[in-house]
Amino acid sequence: MCLAIPAQVVELRDGDMALVDLAGVKKEISLALVDGVVVGDYVIVHVGYALNRLDPDEAEKTLKLFAEMGELGPGEDPTLH
Amino acid sequence: MRYIDEFRDGELAKGLAEAIRREANPARNYHFMEFCGGHTHAISRYGVSDLLPANVRMIHGPGCPVCVLPIGRIDQAIRLALEAGVMLCTYGDCLRVPASEGLSLLKAKARGGDVQMVYSSADAVALAQKNPDRQVVFFAIGFETTTPPTAVAIKQAVALGLKNFSVLCCHVLTPSAIASILESPEVRQWGTVTLDAFIGPAHVSTIIGSRPYEFFAEEYRKPVVIAGFEPLDVMLAIRMLIRQVNEGRAEVENEFSRAVDRDGNKKAQQLVAEVFEMRKQFEWRGLHVLPYSALRIRSQFAEFDAERRFSVGYISVADHKACECGAILRGVKRPQDCKIFGSVCTPENPVGSCMVSSEGACAAHYTYGRYKDV
Ligand code: SF4
Repeated sequence: MCLAIPAQVVELRDGDMALVDLAGVKKEISLALVDGVVVGDYVIVHVGYALNRLDPDEAEKTLKLFAEMGELGPGEDPTLH
Repeated sequence: MRYIDEFRDGELAKGLAEAIRREANPARNYHFMEFCGGHTHAISRYGVSDLLPANVRMIHGPGCPVCVLPIGRIDQAIRLALEAGVMLCTYGDCLRVPASEGLSLLKAKARGGDVQMVYSSADAVALAQKNPDRQVVFFAIGFETTTPPTAVAIKQAVALGLKNFSVLCCHVLTPSAIASILESPEVRQWGTVTLDAFIGPAHVSTIIGSRPYEFFAEEYRKPVVIAGFEPLDVMLAIRMLIRQVNEGRAEVENEFSRAVDRDGNKKAQQLVAEVFEMRKQFEWRGLHVLPYSALRIRSQFAEFDAERRFSVGYISVADHKACECGAILRGVKRPQDCKIFGSVCTPENPVGSCMVSSEGACAAHYTYGRYKDV
């Protein structure tokens, strides 16, 4: 019920609507809850609405952290504080 | 898939598991509650618990909206369909939740009730537009994530001047549920569960931000780490919690920074505030009546409030005698502690609500974890 997934906006449509690509499946969703979305943005989609935009830089930082953490010994790794 | 697969990488998971093992102090135990059903689902599905050292235990919380919906609310929806003769539409997850007299919305449909499944609140509005001679009621459930779409639907209905659309509003609030777990009198009935920290909700937090959890960190001295729903997100969050516990800190940290900030989605919050107000009290399944824990429709939108438009008062109904959902939602018991788990109660034939949605503790354990105990 609360599951929502990242989808890429491929087309903006009238009435606050947009076409998104959900793992190859195209679906029309509402952008009524988020301002300023442009084509190419990733949004988190839940029950037909974009809840917000996904920040690609922050996503990269988290991925880096996963990788570093597996390699470093205790006390050396930079956790998000 | 971009932003999904990278967060499920098995090799990285092993590295993270190793980091967790290094960090966890063998001399103590860690009890972390994952509040969200989405986390419960991820933990069971990807076997995250198997990667954790034995002294780190995950406890499933009440964060699945289907699981916390009391029988009396489903009964209300069924009465609207069968007695008031409305077209009742709702999310698919609600259809199989067991209600009184062996009914569910699906069974009410078989008895001739007009019950429709919708994917989105906008579909419910569209149904009302298409069927001007019918009263269409949207049975709206969910936490802060599903509430803004309901607000949008009501505002749409206003703009369209719809006279045949209303909402049975059963939206509930996450922080009140967390508070009830920390200070409920029922803890005496079921015994206490040690909780060292919480994994905070993912998508709920995209809407409300991380700020509301600061209260728990400060008042109850419980660390909170907000985490995404992918397995690596959960593992990193666990590691961040272990570190906080080890260092004696109780702070709100954010692992899900790609989607959550401190303030949340202001536009969505604004819409919700415009359309809804706090209910003085609301009954939750397994958690009883909690003060200021749910929303109702403001009086200026009264004509869109199904509870005012149709006389379907709320009648509280006790859960099935054998069902342990109440204790499971509080983390006091585990699914396998329920006598009818996996025998009488299965996902095909759920007795309690924790078995209905794949995010429910019982259904998740039945589907992914059950054989581990034999
Ligand atoms: S197994 Fe079924 S009846 Fe028992 S606690 Fe879980 S949902 Fe409730």
